[in-house]
Amino acid sequence: MDPIRPLPRPADGEASGPSRTAPDPPRRRAVVKAVTAATLTLCVPTGVGTASRAAAAVATGPAGTQGPSRAIVTGTDAEKLVLEVTAANKVVVRLPRVEVGQGITTAVAMMIAEELDARLADVVVPLADARPELPGQYTGGSSSVRSLYDPARYLAATARARLVNAAARRWHLPARTLRTRDTTVVAPDGRTATFGSLTEAAARIRTPRRATPKPARLHRIIGHPATRIDAQDLVTGRAKYTGDLSVAGAKPTLVARPPTLLGSPVSVDDSAARAMPGVLAVVRTSHGVAVVAETFHHAFQARDALRITWAPGPLGALSDKHIRARLRDAVPSLGAPPRGSVQVTGEFEFAFVSHAPMEVLTAVADVRAGRAEIWFSSQTPVFAQEEIASAVGLPAAAVRVHVVRGGGSFGRRLTCEAAVEAARISKAARLPVKLMWSRSDDIRHGRMRPASHHRIRASLAGGKVVAFAHRVAEVGESSEGARATTRSLSAIAAGPAGAAATAAGDEGLYAFGALSVRSGGVGLPIPVGAWRAVSSGTMRTAEEIVVDEIARRLGEDPVAFRCATLTSRAAVRVLGKVAAAGHWGRPLPAGVAQGVAVHEEYGSCVACLAEIDASDPRHPRVRRVVMAADVGTVVNPRGLQAQLMGTAIDGISTVLSAGLHIDRGAVREESFTDFRYARQRHSPTHFEAHVMPSHRSPGGAGELGVPAAAGAVANAYARATGTRPRRFPVDF
Amino acid sequence: MPRYSFVLNKQPVTVEAPADMPLLWVLRDVLGVTGPKYGCGIGVCRACTSHMDGSEIQPCVVPVADCAGRRVTTIEGLADGDRLHPVQKAWLECDVAQCGFCQPGQIMAAVALLDRTPQPTDDDIDRIENVCRCGTYPRIREAIRKASADVASAPVARE
Repeated sequence: MDPIRPLPRPADGEASGPSRTAPDPPRRRAVVKAVTAATLTLCVPTGVGTASRAAAAVATGPAGTQGPSRAIVTGTDAEKLVLEVTAANKVVVRLPRVEVGQGITTAVAMMIAEELDARLADVVVPLADARPELPGQYTGGSSSVRSLYDPARYLAATARARLVNAAARRWHLPARTLRTRDTTVVAPDGRTATFGSLTEAAARIRTPRRATPKPARLHRIIGHPATRIDAQDLVTGRAKYTGDLSVAGAKPTLVARPPTLLGSPVSVDDSAARAMPGVLAVVRTSHGVAVVAETFHHAFQARDALRITWAPGPLGALSDKHIRARLRDAVPSLGAPPRGSVQVTGEFEFAFVSHAPMEVLTAVADVRAGRAEIWFSSQTPVFAQEEIASAVGLPAAAVRVHVVRGGGSFGRRLTCEAAVEAARISKAARLPVKLMWSRSDDIRHGRMRPASHHRIRASLAGGKVVAFAHRVAEVGESSEGARATTRSLSAIAAGPAGAAATAAGDEGLYAFGALSVRSGGVGLPIPVGAWRAVSSGTMRTAEEIVVDEIARRLGEDPVAFRCATLTSRAAVRVLGKVAAAGHWGRPLPAGVAQGVAVHEEYGSCVACLAEIDASDPRHPRVRRVVMAADVGTVVNPRGLQAQLMGTAIDGISTVLSAGLHIDRGAVREESFTDFRYARQRHSPTHFEAHVMPSHRSPGGAGELGVPAAAGAVANAYARATGTRPRRFPVDF
Repeated sequence: MPRYSFVLNKQPVTVEAPADMPLLWVLRDVLGVTGPKYGCGIGVCRACTSHMDGSEIQPCVVPVADCAGRRVTTIEGLADGDRLHPVQKAWLECDVAQCGFCQPGQIMAAVALLDRTPQPTDDDIDRIENVCRCGTYPRIREAIRKASADVASAPVARE
């Protein structure tokens, strides 16, 4: 929420990519309503601000139209979460979000189990198909817990009240004498009834007065560490990702792609490929040639047997050095510093970075005359439904999009190019297809965090910072590279409420006097995208490096200087926590040093202390990382610690080793051999993450740690090597 | 097309496949065994890591012809029925997985390491090359240490 300064406003709609912060999801009173059970539809007051006036209504719906019969089913207006208690005593909530490892299914199951007094193991959270009526079906901007915390708890509290009432009627006891625990209602005399045994009766009960969630002091699940609800499936190989689905008889499909970004086929000789065993179809696509085959082995062999001459892409002979020069030229002027001030300046460059989720983009598509069905992992399934429909010439209502668990995302699954491509191929080949991008496709033709150039100037007078200016230019995707996407990427990344591209009223993270930020952009036909933490991953990292350099100029300790200048007490507390737990300032041998950094965003704040061994400066190793985060109310501390851990590895990777080069219009890297994301030997042997207690409503957490981790690693590296790192990754 | 017989997760299987077809695609596209994942196809990300005759392999670069007469174990074959392998248990206790996509390979690599080196040092653990893009490495290290300690303190006869 409070970066060091306001967000840069993109120079134009495309140039700067997505906004750094997704909008804070509106905090609504979750009002439970709208039931679509087969035999009964119950409505309770709905909509924001209407709770007090709308009367409960009961309507009998046509039997057998939707939903399971005679089970209690409730939904909330704000999120249209639907909760079903089945006769088998399971609680099912179809979640309008995607699980990509961030743990949202576990967090929601915890909220539901808490308010229902259900066993966590009895709560099942499948991912909802695309539902165009849901404006909030969007996963991104670290917004999921914030947007679901109230709706999920009100929903479950209401379901619990109905179940209790059903038991009260059955037993002829006052509802207030009944208790709930372990997915069961318990009477004072010890009689019990499972929720499943009450669900049919509960579905027929007029909704009681709106139930309210428990006060936090009664929480027994929320705020307590829980293991992921899908952990067993994940360690046994049972968890299914898109490529593991055997649906629709979908056939393995690959696309031969050009050597350059957005190149295109000029001539194609597919005779050899078509003659190969196991090949079912060869289809031209906009930027390549698709092969559909019986297995991926056959598809790879046939793809490699295609004889294609390629036209170069629109980047022509452009390489990194040109892009870096254009970015440098596009950085807006800093203007004149305040009179009489002394300047601390830094100029920083960040390379492109691949998202490189472990699961490459994969989509199953079955497009027939008049309808289409698609399975893939999507952060924006409603947007995808529209894009797919338009690509294959169907109305959106004829396209079913099933959302599948994703093998990582980091922002990569905000867009849907693989699903659109799969749908087009399925239509052309008249076959259901399982399209997979190869790793090389993913890295050489996938989206990437845009390269950026930063010029930062802190103006010092009287022993303090009186002005702080940041000028930045980022590569934005120009229309030549826009592919099938009709909406701007910034709009997609920002979510349903639109981009919140400026936060001009925000107080700075530090009391640095006059803050100013301006941004420029360089539009290029390069597929860029929101990468975990978006622009904060570069902007705030660069700023935290400058903060260290200011402290050095003033002769102050980096932790003490920050504590004296941070404007938020929560930020001071997280920094104090990592300094104490990480033994800031402990004696270390030559070549080993600590670094710290702080970040605040999404209603949360975080600090990181990294200790790096750079005694061999060519092979620096971050040995210890200590993080602390205040994210308001925490649903699953263990999940939060996992997210912080991931951001620590992101920081290590992007600062030290992981980036993409552009050589003559093409991405140079093509796998994890040369896109050097950290492995075990680069990760800290000691990691700890502290969760600060808080009763504030939940903040965001998934992306929070990236700038703090990257900043701490860069500052530790600078102190260990006695250098001033300016280009990232350092070893590139 | 040639036929190859091998033992997969304790069951004999025979497949008809081209000799150079990588084991990964035989497992996934012919036999429907999807625990081993495609992450790179060239043996560097190691998401497909499995075992052949008890040693670690990357099925994406092992031709099926090389499997004839051998014993192949994937993540699906690691547990003994419902009884999880000690490494899987340690993975649960440390809540290692995030997206989980690389975890079958990570677990199979850890099992192979502990079979070779029951008390691994940090340097031994550092030699595991499997990529985890979610960055679960610290919990992987913790789970390997835990599994090593658990097995040492309660030795059980394993195959």
